Amino acid sequence: MMAFYFQRLVEIFPFFLLGLWMTVKVAFISLFNCTILGFVLGIFRAGKNKFISRIIGVYVSLIRGTPFVVQIFIIFFILPEWGIQLEAFPAALLAMAIMGSAFICEIVAGGINSIPKGQWEAAVSSGLSLFQQLRFVVVPQAMKVILPPLVGQYVLLIKDTSVVSVIGVMELTRVGWITVVRIPEGLMVFSLVGVLYFVISYPLILLSNYLERRMA
Amino acid sequence: MLADFNFRIIFEYMPLFLNGLKSTFLISIISIILALMTGIVACSCRISGIKIIKYPAIAYIEIMRSTPLLVQIYFLYFGLPTLGLRIPEIQTGILALMLNSGAYIAEIIRAGISSVDEGQIEAGVASGLNYVQRMRFIILPQALGVTVPPLLGQAIVLVKDSALLSLISVAELTRSGQTMTSERLMPAEAFFTVAFFYICIYLCLKTFSDWSQKKLIYREAY
Repeated sequence: MMAFYFQRLVEIFPFFLLGLWMTVKVAFISLFNCTILGFVLGIFRAGKNKFISRIIGVYVSLIRGTPFVVQIFIIFFILPEWGIQLEAFPAALLAMAIMGSAFICEIVAGGINSIPKGQWEAAVSSGLSLFQQLRFVVVPQAMKVILPPLVGQYVLLIKDTSVVSVIGVMELTRVGWITVVRIPEGLMVFSLVGVLYFVISYPLILLSNYLERRMA
Repeated sequence: MLADFNFRIIFEYMPLFLNGLKSTFLISIISIILALMTGIVACSCRISGIKIIKYPAIAYIEIMRSTPLLVQIYFLYFGLPTLGLRIPEIQTGILALMLNSGAYIAEIIRAGISSVDEGQIEAGVASGLNYVQRMRFIILPQALGVTVPPLLGQAIVLVKDSALLSLISVAELTRSGQTMTSERLMPAEAFFTVAFFYICIYLCLKTFSDWSQKKLIYREAY
């Protein structure tokens, strides 16, 4: 029986590759969005305007305080009530961007806050504009602090893409979930799913370990 | 937008939510205790010099850290019955949370132990302390301070992760939101209430974690 199911699993393996492609697509678009949004929010979070900083702080707490599944349900089920219809794929990207940017924002803000005040003052007295101060003085130095946890966060974000399967995005976990109904060998099917996730995220884990050792 | 937000229905369903909150609490507390034990065992194996227990521990930690929790939950949920093990969903869920968080906790503890300066250990050796005494009197007291804040962070993550158990129909907080949505078609009321409860738990743990971090900084300063 086992061999028979294994045969079936090999037959539908292309289906898994499609799921893998979807996971990679969701992950990469989300990493891109989250990084950009996270950096913008993080710079404002660490900025001098206390009011904006507070508001971003509340946003971050709200996002970090709720599970990602609940956020997805809110976006997917509640936005239509307010007249915004979203397909599963854009809804997934939106949810990932909102969630990921909150986490990256805190990492970036932590990095910027770790830069001593003297560096800012030196940049101001050299006559740099605010953008130039950030671009040439603060952010390059902060990158040392930001990079290791950022890559660690990327791994977490890639793994969190598995949760978007609950609203029907045909990614890897969803494919496994559909397959296990037809091939009732849970260990086999989800081992395969796990191996495919491992292939994507393990290189990033190694990179994160390497960065942590080098930057420390 | 929120003009027709129906508070009456939330109060009508309050017993369901409170029940869900209670199970989320219980699941989280049981899982974090079990995960702590798993983490301590995995970490001891990981840092021991004996290859036959070191490599399985490394494999366990790396596999858990590089696959999504949802896949691990489904693996156990669909996989255990094929092995002839039929256990209730809630126990499957706790097992998954325990194994997942255990791997992270093992890494947290390892980071804490390796943060203790090499010279401290050498001083211990020079004072004639044996391995257990060095652990007990030199390494652990110092490592504990570095370990507690990230452990509380892991507890926060675990509470949020327990929401995934709703997908294998464990009756916890998120599940009560789903139940209310399917009975009354009011997702806004249901999921905002659920989110509210999660944020309450988060704020409590976060305050505690910030407080412990402040204590730690104080200890370092003096």
